[in-house]
Amino acid sequence: MSSPRRRPSRRRGRRSPLATIALIALGLVFTGSGYAAFSAVSAGDTAVAVSQESVERGQKLFAANCATCHGMSLEGTEAGPTLIGVGAASVDFQVGTGRMPLANTGPQAPEKPNLFSEEDVQAMADYVASVSPGPGLPEEEYLQTTGDATRGAELFRINCAMCHNVAGAGGALTEGKYAPSLKGTSAKHIYEAMVTGPQNMPVFSDANLTPEDKRDIITALKYQEETPAPGGFELGALGPVAEGLFAWIFGLGAIVALTVWITARAN
Amino acid sequence: MANPGSGSDIVPVDSSHGPQASAGTAVIAADAFENPGLPPHQQRVTDLDPKVDRRNERGVSLIFYLSIVFSIAAIAAYFAVPIVEDDPASVRLNNLFLGLAIAGALLSIGVGTVHWSKALMANHESVEARHPTRGSEATRARAVEVFDLADKESGFGRRALLRNSLIGALVAVPLPAIFLFRDLAPKSNDPAGMLAHTMWKEGTRLARDPYGTPIKASEVTLGSVFHVIPEDLEEAEHKLEEKAKAAVLLMRLKPEDLNVSAGRETWNYDGIVAYSKICTHVGCPVALYEQQTHHLLCPCHQSQFDIKNEAAVIFGPAKRPLPQLPITVDSEGYLVAQSDFHEPVGPSYWERRGDYDV
Repeated sequence: MSSPRRRPSRRRGRRSPLATIALIALGLVFTGSGYAAFSAVSAGDTAVAVSQESVERGQKLFAANCATCHGMSLEGTEAGPTLIGVGAASVDFQVGTGRMPLANTGPQAPEKPNLFSEEDVQAMADYVASVSPGPGLPEEEYLQTTGDATRGAELFRINCAMCHNVAGAGGALTEGKYAPSLKGTSAKHIYEAMVTGPQNMPVFSDANLTPEDKRDIITALKYQEETPAPGGFELGALGPVAEGLFAWIFGLGAIVALTVWITARAN
Repeated sequence: MANPGSGSDIVPVDSSHGPQASAGTAVIAADAFENPGLPPHQQRVTDLDPKVDRRNERGVSLIFYLSIVFSIAAIAAYFAVPIVEDDPASVRLNNLFLGLAIAGALLSIGVGTVHWSKALMANHESVEARHPTRGSEATRARAVEVFDLADKESGFGRRALLRNSLIGALVAVPLPAIFLFRDLAPKSNDPAGMLAHTMWKEGTRLARDPYGTPIKASEVTLGSVFHVIPEDLEEAEHKLEEKAKAAVLLMRLKPEDLNVSAGRETWNYDGIVAYSKICTHVGCPVALYEQQTHHLLCPCHQSQFDIKNEAAVIFGPAKRPLPQLPITVDSEGYLVAQSDFHEPVGPSYWERRGDYDV
């Protein structure tokens, strides 16, 4: 267990079943006595060790995919805003929903298939968070649909429904911008959007809506998504426009057809 | 007028005014085309073949029986697919089957009746010519005679006292309604005054809608938006009416992004601004805030307000900016109102003066 033998095996060790033990040993030996105390505390938590790897990987991914617009050190350019202080939650939302990297400029970055693996997204989030602190990824307990749906629906109606529609079906904003539909959006991404306020969406920080409030809102949205609409066909849940069009085409169509039949000559 | 089997000799119901006299035109133009008349009347299959007639009769009665089946099905569906408490989905199925069955029952009666009349009822065509609107001279003279006689016998024209007192009585009848309806107005009898003021006053804390928890200035981060009610809204006598006037939207911008006009320098607190949520067009809640453009959009008629320029109207039918609520912080760091709004919130009304100090 001498350090010269251990050191070259580090890369392999990450993949072997002995990775944790190897890391503990490595941490103690490799970094010297001054660092040893810290390492001993955190070495059992592999996430921290992986995180350092992850940050390096994230930096490479960032340089390749994001730095053109956001700058090599997140300072932002003419083409894109600075990412200093946006935090891991923002990266996870923007990249995880496919909004970033931007395919072309427009009023708003649309949701599109995410081209990165979960680890890649995590790596970029880790990197951006390592440069300067910001809102982190939500805790698992607030992503459960075990909250109070009634309370969540009330908070949703007051804070969200004016843009996202009372049924979460989305709606139009100004000059080509829009609030997207919330149907099918994961609890994590809904939470992250509230915390970070992507694009033109306002920020709903924990001081405004507490994590419990956010959990209740997610619960309400998921309840709506899973419960069949008591009114039958939703027609996109867009309200009078879709319903009116349906009534005009099919309702009036039926009336016209009946009228034609009544007034047609019998043979 | 029944002329089965011969369309050419159909006579209009009223032919006393000649075929050319059109009631709608003063000038009768010479028609370049010859009137082709009505197409020849054709016998129906049911008129010609008694077997088809019998078959159609059975068909119509079958449709009526179908209606009975549908009606019974509606009753069956009501019990077979009951509404279960706390299960909205059961309402949908119950209503769907009940509605389909009742619609089928009613539609069957309608379809059967129409089919009966088209296939089996007496088959003849008749034409009813359009009447001229002007009555004949004799009718008109007779009408004048009747009026004259009525006037003479009743003494309506001659007995002016009777006539005028009757008119006076009729005018007085609706008067109680004015007082009745006036009493529906707010008790203070000053609706204009009530519209001009909200429950915001000096020191009222800004609180979160709907739970009424007060907001600290430090909690309002850049880019966030708070939906705000007065902290003492719960104590108001008419809570919803007060909320409808006092609802406020709270936003924080970078102080350098705000264009503040003279006299309003102290109305924001470190870039935190509060504006009435009630649209100045027709009073919808303006709450669609875009945190990058700092524009507020009203969802009803697409009025847009620019928060950077004191909620100036930049698009849409609204005519005035949203009124700003002057705010500051109290000793505990909570946001409070400095005063009420300096002008009435919401849409215009009759008594609204144009010269509020804004």
